[in-house]
Amino acid sequence: MTKRGILAFGGYIPRLRLRRETIADAVAWINPALKARAKGERSLCAWDEDSLTMAVEAARDCRLDGLDAPANLVLASTTLPFADRNNAAVLREALDLPEHINTLDISSSQRAGTAALANALSAAAGSSLLIASDCRETRPASPLEMQTGHGAAAMLVGSGTRLLASCLGHRAISRDLVDHYRSQASRFDYTQEDRWVRDEGFFKIIPDTVSALLQELDVKPDSIDHIIFPAPVRVAKRLCKILGLQEAGLADDLDAQCGHTGAAHPLLLLAATLEQAAAGAKILLVGFGQGADAFLFETSKKLSNYQPRLGVAGYLERRHEEPNYVRYLSHRGLVSVDRGNRAEFDNRAALTTFYRKRDMVTGFKGGRCEACGTIQFPRTAMCVNPDCRAMDTQTPISLSGMTGRVKSFTEDWLAATPNPPLQYGNIELEGGANIMMEITDCEPGTLQVGTVVEMRFRIKSVDERRGFTRYFWKSTPVEEQ
Amino acid sequence: MAQGIRDKVVILGMGCTRFGERWDTGPEELMLEAFTEAVDDAGIERDQIEAAWFGVFFDEQSVGKSALPLSFALRLPNIPVSRVENLCATGSETLRGAVYAVASGACDIALALGMEKLKDVGYAGLPERSKGSFDDLYVPGYTAPGAFAQLAGAYAARTGIEMADLKRAMAHVSWKSHQNGALNPKAHLRRPITMEQALEAPMVAYPLGLYDCCGVSDGAACAIVTTPELARSLGKKDMVAIKALQLAVSNGAEAGHSSWDGSYTLTTRVAAERAYAEAGISKPREELDLIEVHDCFSITELVVMEDLGLSELDQAPRDVLDGVFDKDGAVPCQIDGGLKCFGHPIGASGLRMTYEIYLQLLGRAGDRQLPSPSVGLTHNLGGIPSRNVASVSVFGLTR
Repeated sequence: MTKRGILAFGGYIPRLRLRRETIADAVAWINPALKARAKGERSLCAWDEDSLTMAVEAARDCRLDGLDAPANLVLASTTLPFADRNNAAVLREALDLPEHINTLDISSSQRAGTAALANALSAAAGSSLLIASDCRETRPASPLEMQTGHGAAAMLVGSGTRLLASCLGHRAISRDLVDHYRSQASRFDYTQEDRWVRDEGFFKIIPDTVSALLQELDVKPDSIDHIIFPAPVRVAKRLCKILGLQEAGLADDLDAQCGHTGAAHPLLLLAATLEQAAAGAKILLVGFGQGADAFLFETSKKLSNYQPRLGVAGYLERRHEEPNYVRYLSHRGLVSVDRGNRAEFDNRAALTTFYRKRDMVTGFKGGRCEACGTIQFPRTAMCVNPDCRAMDTQTPISLSGMTGRVKSFTEDWLAATPNPPLQYGNIELEGGANIMMEITDCEPGTLQVGTVVEMRFRIKSVDERRGFTRYFWKSTPVEEQ
Repeated sequence: MAQGIRDKVVILGMGCTRFGERWDTGPEELMLEAFTEAVDDAGIERDQIEAAWFGVFFDEQSVGKSALPLSFALRLPNIPVSRVENLCATGSETLRGAVYAVASGACDIALALGMEKLKDVGYAGLPERSKGSFDDLYVPGYTAPGAFAQLAGAYAARTGIEMADLKRAMAHVSWKSHQNGALNPKAHLRRPITMEQALEAPMVAYPLGLYDCCGVSDGAACAIVTTPELARSLGKKDMVAIKALQLAVSNGAEAGHSSWDGSYTLTTRVAAERAYAEAGISKPREELDLIEVHDCFSITELVVMEDLGLSELDQAPRDVLDGVFDKDGAVPCQIDGGLKCFGHPIGASGLRMTYEIYLQLLGRAGDRQLPSPSVGLTHNLGGIPSRNVASVSVFGLTR
């Protein structure tokens, strides 16, 4: 059988971080036990991010140069924005992948990410771009509010000579232990006592799965270099003892820096591990949720030549603290602040128009005039260059990977936006496309004429009345690393 | 070969309501208030009007679409009425319709009336509106102050002026208009302000503070136009003639092409050049006795001084601070208080500007009368700096 494994990987963690102390200061009055957990920080989607926008960024973090377009695009998440609209299809258009590939959403378990990975690894042929992304909502003052973070990871799974890590084996166990659940109708998880989950779940299901895998592969537990458990560090250490694994190989669970990113977490930790792993290293990856998945990977020499664009480490460094607990609640829709009459503006999207223009709106494809070379957005029948105005000369050109320069900008305190001031400006992209765009992930007072920006796929607006989320591309200042 | 509109049509009479938060007055009463004054001023029977153009911008509130609201409000005798709308140049657009009708010989007397009832919106500022089904999918949810504010940063980047110095010149623009507006009984905002007030005002859209922005008001204004011959036969001696009516409309180049740097209004430059040619003006700074420009925001007025050829390129801040556009300066600007003090009931503003030129040229401007002006200019900029319509009109006194 052809060896399959990982051809490329990437990660994404939103820029915003909420210190757990900030949470405790606001909510420990109702549950003083939260003070004991008030260490480190969690990652947090900005108001204009969700599982889909994070998925786009994680995929864009992968280096796919020279690799064939995947046959499958799989999006794994328990928090997909649409219950009945193929979310992966939006992702495909945003990533400008060909139409003829399969697009699939996998959901409804913390194991969605590893289940998708198992599926892609067991396929007979063809590569799969697999993205796990989660942005779970948590009830204020719940322990989950502190434990959870938002993030995404992407893996290109396939075969061939460019494998960064090959999969030596996979084992799954399906066992309906209801450690927590979220019904279709509810917004938040309902959780069970963590001591029970630990003893009956983590300490039994994971050892059962991992030991079966290691026996089958005839691999000695102490030969494993990196161990990824989706469990609190104390639980993970105990699991090492149970299984005879080297505790030193435990991967950082990123609890201190971003929290548990749900269905994305195993793949996010795998991406973070691959960023640091040497060639020939064995990596044990476990996913947990109504059973468990266990994988054993072995890295190749190719890994040392691969670097994601920013990677998990880069995104962890790209951070901005959200100091305001109420603003966080407001952006997650957990408190209803008065946004003024202006925000009542009815925002029904014309989906007929959207369908005609979707490669521009979702894919950020502009036009390049073949007569004069001017790149422009939107793409139209007639060239925008006043000295050209040629008809039917524009061919589509992707703008999403371009950087741009701020020509003019404002911080608008009047405009209705969930996060005033609304920042926007005229942006000139490389190659000369000019477009007025929103500017996000940017603190007021920092923009200047000439600031260099890059493009990011974000929520443009939400039609709350009809439950429709519009997406478009925004500019964000390029941060010096 | 077309000869242009110069001297073919004169203003027979004008009317203008008091602008302001007219809580007790509806759109119909506003139209009637402006119309009654104009008919009395023209000295005609209202049924002598043969055609009318009605300007209103927001159909989402107040009166809705079509020509019906004007015909209903004035009980016009089933004459042709057209509703026109062209963003903030809507009022000027009504005048174009009426003037062209008379110039063509299609009718002898025509009416242009613009009105906007903004204070039925229910909140401060202009109402939100759709930008079109495609634009709403990608254009930021900008506001007027935010869109115009960007002129300032781009202007500073182009000219190298420090933002603090530019802000001082912008404050002078507003200070000057408040000085003027204080003398005008029809203005909405009639209190003078200090430079410090303007500079220290709360931020609306960086770098525009509260006093860099015009008010939001209700109002209506109208003009009745005819031929010079007919006006003379009706006993008019001093008359205000149309010297030029020009309109320039963006085609997307500013928004989408690198040739625009964001620091000026391209369409104003185009419309002004055509208007000066049509009116026979070669040295606008010397030949224009007063101007009413589209000071929706202080920075707009400032950059427009260059776009109209009244300041040398990059020199508008200096000219503004030197008082060139103050009431005792070389080219008094916004002698009535401008949009700054009148607010901007969109459909009415172009005609409100014309009303002031008309009064000044006829020597009827009361406390704010300038010493014997004979040529005036109005300018509207509708839209935002990157995509807009600009109208430039010139009026002259004829005897």
